[in-house]
Amino acid sequence: MESDIKLIDDDGKRLDGRKADELREIKIEAGVLHRAEGSCYLEWGGNKVVAAVYGPREAIPRHTQNPLKAVIKAKYNMAAFSVDDRKRPGPDRRSREISKVISEALDKVILTENFPRASIDVNIEVLEAEAGTRCAGLTAAGVALADAGIPMKDIPVACAAGKIGSKNNDGKKTGGHVVVDLGKEEDNFGDADLPIAISPRTGEILLLQMDGHLTLEEFDKALELAIKGCHIVSKLQKEALVKKYQADVEVD
Amino acid sequence: MSGEKREIVIPSQLLGDAKSSKAGRGTFIEKGKIYSERLGLLSKRSDYMNVIPLKGRYDPMEGDFVIGIVEEPLSSIWLVDINAPYPALLHTNDVPWDVDFGETDKYLNRGDSIMAKILEVGLDKKLQITLKDRNLYKIKGGYITYIEPSKVPRLIGRKGSMIALLKKYTQCRIFVGKNGRIWIDGEDDNIAKVIKAIGKIESESISYGLTDKIEELLKKDTKDVQ
Amino acid sequence: MALTSSIKRDYLYNLAKNGKRVDGRKFDEFRDIKIETGLISKAEGSARVKIGNTQVIAGIKMDIGDPYPDSPDKGVMITAAELIPLASPDFESGPPRENAIELARVVDRGIRESEVIGLDKLCMESGEKIWLVFIDIHIIDFDGNLFDAASLAALAALFNTAVPIERLRPTLEKLQEKFPSVKGYLEEHPKDYQLPMNEPPISCTSVKFNDVVVLDPSLDEEEIAEARLTVATDKNGDIRAMQKGLDGSFTVEEIKKIINVSLDNGREIRIKLDKSTGK
Repeated sequence: MESDIKLIDDDGKRLDGRKADELREIKIEAGVLHRAEGSCYLEWGGNKVVAAVYGPREAIPRHTQNPLKAVIKAKYNMAAFSVDDRKRPGPDRRSREISKVISEALDKVILTENFPRASIDVNIEVLEAEAGTRCAGLTAAGVALADAGIPMKDIPVACAAGKIGSKNNDGKKTGGHVVVDLGKEEDNFGDADLPIAISPRTGEILLLQMDGHLTLEEFDKALELAIKGCHIVSKLQKEALVKKYQADVEVD
Repeated sequence: MSGEKREIVIPSQLLGDAKSSKAGRGTFIEKGKIYSERLGLLSKRSDYMNVIPLKGRYDPMEGDFVIGIVEEPLSSIWLVDINAPYPALLHTNDVPWDVDFGETDKYLNRGDSIMAKILEVGLDKKLQITLKDRNLYKIKGGYITYIEPSKVPRLIGRKGSMIALLKKYTQCRIFVGKNGRIWIDGEDDNIAKVIKAIGKIESESISYGLTDKIEELLKKDTKDVQ
Repeated sequence: MALTSSIKRDYLYNLAKNGKRVDGRKFDEFRDIKIETGLISKAEGSARVKIGNTQVIAGIKMDIGDPYPDSPDKGVMITAAELIPLASPDFESGPPRENAIELARVVDRGIRESEVIGLDKLCMESGEKIWLVFIDIHIIDFDGNLFDAASLAALAALFNTAVPIERLRPTLEKLQEKFPSVKGYLEEHPKDYQLPMNEPPISCTSVKFNDVVVLDPSLDEEEIAEARLTVATDKNGDIRAMQKGLDGSFTVEEIKKIINVSLDNGREIRIKLDKSTGK
């Protein structure tokens, strides 16, 4: 289905005025909840997410315990009021898939061998959604984990890139621009979406999904943009953590 | 009284080279470099790079004195919550009473609080505690409150100065478990004073002059009552 | 049930005997209440309420739907509550358990039975098309007294709600062809307009432990509570809803006292609510 919306104009300006390599506005705050051991509130474009961490604590039920390391259980959930058409409360298949890929990404960087038989529970709640919620969620989870004092090799961060604006030429798609951090219309009417998560210190890819259509060249470009985006966001994560606790530490 | 600003470090932060420094607490080594594994304060002590955690669960060490809350009496052991990732086991052999098999609930029941010592931290992190020590017992009366385990040193103060201050102004018995649980016993009003002071200590900065601030608060409270 | 030390319980009992509470409040005093509205722009209305450290976010979504057969001229409201694991180490994820269900139903009844929402003004074509109002309550941080925080958040969110004519215009315009009254409705309401609301009742919850009754229980007090009573009162000083919970009991005197305390505090909270919704 072709849309009449022009997602990117001839000057390379996107619908919201951004350039191809520009991220939406991001705000991060660490340690925002009282009960949770670690937490983070994050705004990314129109996305609003809260992440909370509990643990490490004994994994229950017992059969979920791993005698050698901690089990990471990330749960991604969207509030009913977070989208245009109300979403029925409760996990659907999409939420469960996202929970799984996020759990796997986090597992790689957390020093799980320190806590055999335990579980570390990460809860991600999307209060308002506007494309890129899994990246916003994982990024918030990273901050919440650090905030909880969980030992990690790195603070994971996520960002997406994609392709927009290609034209239908006799059934074949031509043209199009590779851009970072898809907005809502770009996600709906674009040609490809590539969310990734990395360990910024080493550059390892922890999460990678892709849907749509990309040539090898376009994929390379998209990956590069997404990785660059990750590093920019990683800086913001770190600033948020230091800012929260700097006030706590004056002089020796 | 050094005006040195303590540095906050975060997981993955590069602290130094394994050739010139040694990796201490809260750090890990990768490819010859030392990194922080936690959110914490950097502390350099004689070649060692240490990261003192700002937050996180209690990390049990053998010999630590802790305050536990009994979760469940089983046939020959009790499961005790000590605010660690796992419950600790208290064996009937490790209590000052003669407990018959199956009679554990006659001595300690769910909700009872005890002053215990960490006997052993096994390889798989299985925790064992003991009550066999003249300083250990089942707690009666008073109030138990909680502070982040990483802030326990702050509550105790340099050479116990902070805790001594609290005791002086409130006439309370105060016991601080390494696991962040604190037992306070005394008159109701005095217990409330201690709770208030602890709240302030927890939320205030590790600032020079915190001890003075707390002394002021305690003096004021005492005056208000008189 | 969360593990509470008997020491803590005994201490709370002791303090209460001397007329005191751990946080220094009086028996009939609420913690600090903060109300913020309009924080979720995707929702038709939203609010965040903090009572002490308890934090609840409510979002209102609206959609076009079919009326219930026995009330062909009224809109429909549906309330759901999620005790998400975010809010407390004791909340589990999965389908709502009794606590979440009871919470949603009590909040729902408080709003429905008092006809707070002008549901009779939400009909577009009798027997065919009406507005659906979804109230979704999300507990974000749990530190005692979810009932009052959730009710207040739902009310504040409703007062913040605008009927989404713009968002659903394409659907509405299509419906005009089949249902003539919809055309008239659209002419009367060409843009988003404030959800029709009536005077709301305010709910106040008290708990009893060791023969002492306190208002707005903190987490510690909820953990040792034997019985709980929520009373919703309206602007005229009348009672609109009540719910007793837990397996302890109240004397008639205690209930009367709780009602009076709820009336007094209800008045104050109503002023706060009006202020936050710009009345």
